Amino acid sequence: MKKKPNKRDYSPWMFLAPYIIFFTTFIIIPVAAAILLSFTYFNAIETPSFIGLSNYVGLITQDEVFMQKILPNTLTFALIVGPGGYILSFILAWALAQVPKRMRTVLALVIYSPSMTAGVAMAVVWTIIFSGDETGYLNSLLLTMGVLLEPIQWLQSPEYLMKIMIFVTLWGSMGVGFLAMLSGVLNINTEIYEAGYIDGINNRFQEIIYITIPSMKPQMLFGAVMAVVGTFQAGAIGVALSGANPTPQYAGQLMVNHLEDYGFIRYEMGYAAAISVVLLIVVYLFSKVAWRLFGEKD
Amino acid sequence: MSAFQGTRMNPSKFHKSQLKFLAFLIPLAVFMALPIVYIFFHAFKPIDELFAYPPRFFVENPTLQNFVDLFTKTNDTGVPMSRFLFNSVVITLIVVVLTVIISTMAGYALSKKNFRMKKAIFEINTLALMFVPAAVMIPRYLLIDELGLINTFLVHILPLLAMPIGLFLVKQFIDQIPDELLEAARLDGASDFQIFVRIIIPLVKPAIATIAILSFQLVWNSVESSSLYVNDEGLKTFSFYMSTLTSTVEGNNVAGQGLAAAASLIMFVPNLIIFIILQSQVMNTMAHSGIK
Repeated sequence: MKKKPNKRDYSPWMFLAPYIIFFTTFIIIPVAAAILLSFTYFNAIETPSFIGLSNYVGLITQDEVFMQKILPNTLTFALIVGPGGYILSFILAWALAQVPKRMRTVLALVIYSPSMTAGVAMAVVWTIIFSGDETGYLNSLLLTMGVLLEPIQWLQSPEYLMKIMIFVTLWGSMGVGFLAMLSGVLNINTEIYEAGYIDGINNRFQEIIYITIPSMKPQMLFGAVMAVVGTFQAGAIGVALSGANPTPQYAGQLMVNHLEDYGFIRYEMGYAAAISVVLLIVVYLFSKVAWRLFGEKD
Repeated sequence: MSAFQGTRMNPSKFHKSQLKFLAFLIPLAVFMALPIVYIFFHAFKPIDELFAYPPRFFVENPTLQNFVDLFTKTNDTGVPMSRFLFNSVVITLIVVVLTVIISTMAGYALSKKNFRMKKAIFEINTLALMFVPAAVMIPRYLLIDELGLINTFLVHILPLLAMPIGLFLVKQFIDQIPDELLEAARLDGASDFQIFVRIIIPLVKPAIATIAILSFQLVWNSVESSSLYVNDEGLKTFSFYMSTLTSTVEGNNVAGQGLAAAASLIMFVPNLIIFIILQSQVMNTMAHSGIK
């Protein structure tokens, strides 16, 4: 740090150039293009024509499916899977930190492993488990136990699809954020705990609130951002499980699916871009909440 | 009453006070592992067990038939399965290697060099951790079309190379390397490039291992590029091929289920092996993952 910056030193840019080129091309430009396109009518054949805020106005006032199904679905899904997965990750990380190393490594591996293949590979397993006829594992189990009299079409039923999506996503949500929190808990200086006991902390709950979480705020924030991103990334799960876009009666339709529906099925690119922008704003707002909770003021 | 002794983090040996955590963790871990154990059994089931009623969890007469079928099968347009697997392996290798190099280089510049916009670039990158590629799939598609990448091999590779989380983790990790070390090397006459290769790379191996895993998971499981940007069957990937097996499994496609089960095992196992080998490096990196 003592070295004074050399005005003609281009070396940082040589190291940064490849990253910046790809980052700009595949992240910055698409986001900028989405914002621009969202103000146009564009059917992928003619040149886009500027139509101001019409797409947004249409999205809010005319798209009944969006207001009645997609938005409530997305919020329900996000509010359960996001905080749910996050809290579960923290509790698991906290409990794991209190068992000896070898046992911890094995258990952490098992808990982490679903997140490795969440998505395509797992859709196979889940479609078999929740299969609609009596050879489906869940149906077979419930029929034998006498809970059900006839098999249920789990994945085609508007009543269950959302619940199954939430369950499957939660199952696969112990990913990088979980690992970060685990190492965060493990790296807290033990002296902080001892100081806490002298200051009168007398149960585990107080200990978590006053010592554990404040001591690992940076990891908590990283975990929270990963939870938010993971939640919105998981959008394809409903379509993967039910095998259809739109999902039966839009029961599992999330913003990502709606976007795909308009962009690649109906070719209303401008409208789809407006949905993109709304989705990015929603993701940003969710992350902002995490930042408020755990970010360090500077 | 004695003072509250509280939590014993990172205990070195087993004590019966840990039983309460294990009582909670072990059943949960078993439950979470069930679907994965199930993939293993399912892949080795002969056809009559795949469709047995009532369905069985365990395999009774394990067979490799599903794998044989999978490897000898060609898809509707005559492309053999091995071609998809080959594509996936090549694409994955290239993406992982390039992502590691690109992120580490950028991380070095952002951590150890002084220049204007350094802070701004890192902040934009931190913001980009929230980036959800699926949200901008349409402009991405238009851009890729514009660049002439549709139906090329490169389209599987280029969009995945900039990985904000990779740069973030490696930069945090390089921050731990003392500046004095680099200063000493510079006094000994080492060039920037030598410092990067001889000092930075060996010292940030854990972070490199972590980026490699994350980028591996991303590219190996990705179906986006094959389903959106490639029409030529011979250029598609194994994960995409697998997702087409799943969608035809609807109902009771007898041939499809065994294939899908074998394919999902092939999809899963590399993830598992790589993570097991590199897990201690990953945990080491994660200690520096905090966002401040």
